[in-house]
Order: sequence, then structure tokens, then C-alpha cells
Amino acid sequence: MTEIVSSSSPAFVRPTAARRDIGIKRRYAAERRFRAYGMAAIVIGLFFLFVLLWTVISNGYTAFQQTTITLPIEFAEKVIDPKNERAANPSKLMTANYPLLVRDALVKALGIDPKNRAEVKKATEMVSASARMQLRDIVIANPSVIGTTVNVSLLAEGNIDSANKGQIDLAVEESKRKVSDQKIGWMKTLTDSGAMTKEFNTGIFTFGASSRPEAAGIGVAALGSLYMMLIVLALALPIGVAASIYLEEFAPKNRLTDLIEVNINNLAAVPSIVYGLLGLSIFINFAGMPRSAALVGGLVLTLMTLPTIIIATRAALKAVPPSIRSAALGLGASKMQTIFHHVLPLAMPGVLTGTIIGLAHALGETAPLLLIGMVAFVVDYPGSPMEPSTALPVQIYMWANEAERAFVERTSGAIIILLIFLVVMNLGAILLRRRFERRW
Amino acid sequence: MNMMSEAAVEKALDQKMNAVPFKMIGKDVSVYYGEKRALFDVNLNVRENTVTALIGPSGCGKSTFLRTLNRMNDTIDNCRVMGKITLDEDDIYDPSIDVVELRARVGMVFQKPNPFPKSIYENVSYGPKIHGLARSKADFDQIVEQSLQKAGLWNEVKDRLHEPGTGLSGGQQQRLCIARAVAVSPEVILMDEPCSALDPIATAKVEELIHELRTNFTIVIVTHSMQQAARVSQRTAMFHLGNLVEENDTDKMFTNPDDQRTQDYIMGRFG
Repeated sequence: MTEIVSSSSPAFVRPTAARRDIGIKRRYAAERRFRAYGMAAIVIGLFFLFVLLWTVISNGYTAFQQTTITLPIEFAEKVIDPKNERAANPSKLMTANYPLLVRDALVKALGIDPKNRAEVKKATEMVSASARMQLRDIVIANPSVIGTTVNVSLLAEGNIDSANKGQIDLAVEESKRKVSDQKIGWMKTLTDSGAMTKEFNTGIFTFGASSRPEAAGIGVAALGSLYMMLIVLALALPIGVAASIYLEEFAPKNRLTDLIEVNINNLAAVPSIVYGLLGLSIFINFAGMPRSAALVGGLVLTLMTLPTIIIATRAALKAVPPSIRSAALGLGASKMQTIFHHVLPLAMPGVLTGTIIGLAHALGETAPLLLIGMVAFVVDYPGSPMEPSTALPVQIYMWANEAERAFVERTSGAIIILLIFLVVMNLGAILLRRRFERRW
Repeated sequence: MNMMSEAAVEKALDQKMNAVPFKMIGKDVSVYYGEKRALFDVNLNVRENTVTALIGPSGCGKSTFLRTLNRMNDTIDNCRVMGKITLDEDDIYDPSIDVVELRARVGMVFQKPNPFPKSIYENVSYGPKIHGLARSKADFDQIVEQSLQKAGLWNEVKDRLHEPGTGLSGGQQQRLCIARAVAVSPEVILMDEPCSALDPIATAKVEELIHELRTNFTIVIVTHSMQQAARVSQRTAMFHLGNLVEENDTDKMFTNPDDQRTQDYIMGRFG
């Protein structure tokens, strides 16, 4: 620019074509460079996304399979109820010696001498200790099985499961291995006889916490997360929308509202663990609510989600053209009518998107839940939000701390499930947006 | 030119403009936006069943004055209105006057067509609904039909009343907005440059409509087009820098104005 001005001091001299080209070339080059940077950024992003998904899926897909050992279990009356007192005292069935049934069936299937106690003990290790509960539940549900022989699929022990999926390196010296050569031999016997098979792992969806990987699942944690999401939705959406409408449409613009606005924006960036501390001191220590309860978790996540919802809602309200407001006011609609009949419906896609993104964020949140005691070993489904429960990401966190190989795949499996939830929620946000979007 | 002479003939038949009673009276109206003063003691009266045009260069305060007439300025923070404006003897800035009721009596049409993103039917029936002017479906149907007819839009949209109002052309949208304003049966209709976003054909239609509406409503229109002011109005008021320069019968204003500034503005010497 300046060059042209200084060099073209004689009046009415046109800049030569060549001189103009230099500038244009430079500008195009800059544009091309910028595009290249952009594409590089996207490629890097996609690469890491791919690595993440690949790691999680390749580690985790085996979690959806579980090795089972199907054995003909003889529900012998002399073991379960030797004195025949179950009619008078049904609780006898609760305490019967079910592991013995498993042992007998396994010894028979493997052809081990029942007198060789050391071998028998090793053999029974191959079946999950949760098998006793499994048999107990069968008998209690239907006491008439006593005295009959039924084929039952028992969960294999975690290490056997891993070995069966080929995750244990057999080249390693036997003494340093989790599964001995003897057990490998038995596994082969069972596999050849068709007793040992891999089946779809429904347990990972339904079981609660367990120290035995084969009996551990996310069912309880998912219910805890569901309770919390319902609480967050029921509290954060109305409070957030009401706060945004007030701030955006009614509140006077002064120092106080400016301060509130700055604070809300800052709250969205506060580390989530701070919300956990807040919940611990207010809801548990001050208000005396129960520890590890989904109710407290839900309240903490509500506090954490509120700024996100308020910011999204205010942006959506701001984006509604002022001409719509003038039109309604000019017709004699009150401010309230203007907002609820015209502005809010137009802002709805933005509000819903913000809410679902906020919920998805809350669903994946772990840190604040650690502080309010939701890192709990919860075996049973919580009957209400007041009962101890845990959450999906917390369950993942706890499994990640476990040492067994079988927990490693379950950790990734649970991450896959959590990611699917998040993708579904985000898809829901997109669909709702499409559904409600209107042109003006 | 032809239009103008027609209008002149008509106005001659109007007897004396001065005999027409005042609908709205503005006395010493001043408007402040914060510290900035936008209007200086404007005394302007609006006659019944008359089209009053407000003209003047941009930023002269004509839109501001228009918006004081139905208190749309209330929606602007830090805007203060001084002086007195009456509508049939009622001081519209009196605390006892409800602004919602006032806006039902003084309707408004905006510069840019702004139909609600709803159906044509809902656009027109919304006003009557919030003011409780109708109860049954049949009543609403009647109001919608009458309003659309008054706005000269009925024949174009009667078969698609339930399609979105935003799907109409610009001129149709503006007439829909007029129908929407008419539906609440206001006494006065304020129009803020209603044709500035329209093409000449749509403009002609809206002007024709304004002409017809005059029999039932008092109309105040802000316009940047001298020709339009000359075509549609009987009275014209000229604003400059927040002052009312001159208010007169339109034909006098455009032929023999009292003020030099009006003469200059109309001749295109400034503005």
C-alpha cells in the first residue's frame, strides 16, 4: 500500500500489473497456509480421537464376553438339606453348602480323584466364588430342583476368563503366571467337552460392585447415575432457565448484575472438585444429608451444571431477534407474555442443547463425587436416591485401580458404555435442535 | 405528479383540516437517552382519521417521537420522556394508565416486517387472544378474516392460513403485520418507515392500504420518502435535530412551506 503511494508520486501513473500480482500472490499464499494449518489441526485432532477410541475399544470389547463353565449340577438333598427341615425353616436354604455342589460337579467333569484334596482345591478355584450365590438363587427361586441334576452355566474365575480369552502370556515361566499349566490342561479338557464356552456378558450391565471381576458390573453405578441425572434435570433446568430469563430480560443493567454475570461465567470454569468440597460442607456436614447418596451427588452436579445452562440459555435468549420482542410488545403483550409466548419458544433449541450438554458433562463427572463419599463399594441396587450408591465414572475410576487383568478390560468396557451414553445424549441434543429450530 | 394532484383534489374535498378534532396531543415532549437529549419540547398534535407523516433527516427524532406515542421507549433502558402526551384526554404517561392497554389502543407497524415465526392465522389472532377480544373459534375466524381483508391480504392467503407467516414475500409480510395490528382494533396505528424494506410494487400496495385504513384509524407514519409523505398523508411534520421545524397540511408543506429548512429539505439541499 505505502509502496504504491510513494512510488507512484507522478500523478495518474497506474501501478503495473506485475506489482499488483506480488501482493495478490502473497495473499493467496497466506490463505493457503492458513488452510493448511487448519487441516493439520483437524488431522491431529482426528488422530488422537482415533487413538483414544482404538485403545478403549481394543482393550474393552472383550469385556462384553465372559467365559462360563456349564456343569451338570446335582442338587443333592443330602448336601443342601440333610435333615429335611426346609419346610419348617426356609432360611436353611440360605446357608447350605453350595460350594460342595460345584466341587462335586467339577471333580466329576475333570475326572480328578476326590481324595486328592490339593488338586480338588485347585480345580474349584477355576469357578468363580460367586457360583454359590448363583446356585443358592436357583434353589431359593425353585426349591423343587432339589434332588435333580440341572445343567448350570457358572462364571469362570477372572484369571481363567483372561486365559481363555488369550490375555495371559503362556510363554512366561509358570511360577510367575496367574494360571498354572495344570489349570490350562483342565481348561482344555473343559473346552473340548463343550463345558467351557464364551458367552455374551450380560453381567457387566446388571451386576454391582465386586472384588471378583467376573461378578462385577456397572448396573448399580448406572442406576446411581440415572438418579443423579434425574435430580440434575429436575433442578438445574428450571432454576437455570428462570435465572437466565430474569437476568436477560428483567434485571436492571447495573453493577450488581454485571458482578453476577461475571461470577456465573467464572463459576463455569471452577474446577469441579471445588463443587465436591462445597457439597461436602453444605449438604453433608451442615444439612446432614446421608453420605454416598445419589441425592447429594445430584445436588452437587446441579450446582456444577447451572452455570453451563445459564450461559447457554442467555446466549439463546440474546440470539432471538429484537424485532420479535418489539412485535409482541407493540401488540400490547406484557413482558411476561412476550417472553413465554415468543422469545422462549424461539430460544428453546439453544436451551435444550445447553441442558443436554450440561447433563452429559455431569454424567461424566468424577471428582466432586469422590469427596461426597460416592467412591463406595455398593453391591446392591439403591432403592432410592437417599441410599448409598455410586456413579458410572466413579465405577470406572475404581476398576482402573484394580490389579487383575480382567478388570483392565472391564474398565475399558465401562468406558465404552459411558461413551455410548454420551454420544446418545449428544445425538438427542442435535435431534431436538433440528426438531425445534424455526426460521425467521 | 399525477398522484399528487389526485391527493390535492381529495384534500380540497376534505373541507378544512383545522376542523378535524385532535386524537393525540403532544405538549412540550422531550426525550433523553441517558444524558443525550433527543427531542426538544415538541408540540405536535395528531388529528383523528388523518394520516400524519413525520419527515426529516436521519437522527432528527421523528422515530423517537413516534415511539413515545405508544410508550415503546419504555423498553429502552435509560430513556426518559418529559412533557405530556394525551390520547382522548388520557395522559398516557400517567401512572394510572396501563401500558398494555395503551398499546392495544395505539398499535404499531415496524420498519422491517416482523411476523412471528408462527402461522398466518396465529399471527393475526395473537393480539385478540391476549386482549380477550374473542372467545370462540368462530369469533377468532371472523376477526382473522376481517383483519386480513382490511390489510388487503385475504385473497392472497385465505387458502394457506396455517402456513408460516415468515414464508410470505416481504410486502405480504408487512401487510400481515398491519393485519396483526388492525386485529386488536386500535384507535391509532403508528408506522415506522413501513415501506423502507419493500420494493416499489409492494410499497404501492401498502400506501393504498394506508389510504383505506384512514377511514377507520388515525395513522402516524414516519417516512424517508418525500413522495410517500406527499402521497399518503394529509398532515406533515418536519423534524430537524430533535426540534419540530414545521407542521402543516401536506399540500401546503410541499408547495409553500413556512420554514426555510423545510423548503431546503424537501428540495434535497440537505438530509
